[in-house]
Amino acid sequence: MKLLTLNFLTCAVKSCKSTSASFPLHPKDCELVSDTLKSDPKLLFNILPRLDWSALSTTASELGFPGLPPSAPTKEELEANEKLFHDLHTLLLETHISEGSLVCANCGHSYKIKEGIANFLLPNHLV
Amino acid sequence: MSRPEDILPPDLHYNDTEAKKYTTSSRIQNIQVSMTHRALELLDLQNPSMILDVGCGSGLSGEILTSVEPSEGGPHIWVGMDISASMLDVALQRDVEGDLMLADIGQGVPFRAGSFDAAISISAIQWLCNADSSEVSPAGRLSRFFNGLYASLKRGGRAVCQFYPKNDQQRTMISGAAIKAGFGAGILEDDPGTKNSKIYLVLTVGGSAAEGNGGDITGVVKGMEYVNVLDARRKHREKGRDFKKGSKAWIISKKEQMERKGKVVKHNSKYTGRKRHIAF
Repeated sequence: MKLLTLNFLTCAVKSCKSTSASFPLHPKDCELVSDTLKSDPKLLFNILPRLDWSALSTTASELGFPGLPPSAPTKEELEANEKLFHDLHTLLLETHISEGSLVCANCGHSYKIKEGIANFLLPNHLV
Repeated sequence: MSRPEDILPPDLHYNDTEAKKYTTSSRIQNIQVSMTHRALELLDLQNPSMILDVGCGSGLSGEILTSVEPSEGGPHIWVGMDISASMLDVALQRDVEGDLMLADIGQGVPFRAGSFDAAISISAIQWLCNADSSEVSPAGRLSRFFNGLYASLKRGGRAVCQFYPKNDQQRTMISGAAIKAGFGAGILEDDPGTKNSKIYLVLTVGGSAAEGNGGDITGVVKGMEYVNVLDARRKHREKGRDFKKGSKAWIISKKEQMERKGKVVKHNSKYTGRKRHIAF
């Protein structure tokens, strides 16, 4: 699972819908793999305004990546700063979580990830 | 043809053998490819986008999303949800580009608001019309799915869901649930009346002003060839009475109204609506 996807995922439990603690999900005991993907500036600029930057910073620091800038870069900054663009591309699209789990900070439910596939099936009483 | 929905729930129906059969059948592959292309045409994406593939299965439709040419606005990245572990296993073996999730779409769509540019679903949502246990109902599953989908799409985003309704009732149930969730909805039917008829539920989230017609759903197919628009929506009726209150025409229309309600109404005659003049 790409870190980009993690930046969009919330807890699926019904009682967590109304709280802000259910986002982002916190990776736990995760194995990371990296993949090479052709960078596509258009794609990144399209997604950039929709990223939750503070959630991304939390995820990156929990997974032990070097610090991100404190605030989200604008499109112009990203165009000018090739290194930042490259780093962001690597972090969001080339880094995958292959094994581990995602934990909700609100209800504590843990979603297992196996071979890169997160299991979001819930028992009926939590839906 | 038998309908797999009537036999088993999707996670059991698509077991290892069924998933392999589905993915290697060249007939199914061809149909899936053509439907995905049609759906992409309806989504009309200009830039590389983030797409949700609902019921992605073995990633047949996802592969096409990845392989869209840069000149046509691609390649897109996608996240796929499916309930069948065997199908996802086949997707892993085929080494698809998108992210996969094991999830039941009838339990909602667990993404934060405004995550996706578009959503696509090929031959999946008719499965929502079946409840596999007494704790859930088809209507509840449909509404959770469409509410979740509506929230996870960005404003101005679109979703195209190709599905196989069993009958007209299922078709109305699905499109009704989508409208209730807030979508602008329309149904595009390819080859209607034939065996190859394909039904696409086209959904929009909010209207973009760029379309120029107030975000009406018919704007989606504007400029597409061989598409007839059949608008069954009732036109807003002019307010105000047609007849002067107390006139003969007014009385007759009232009587007709009461008759439609099943009340006993006196016959109309030449005396209907006349004044009772004093005889002497």
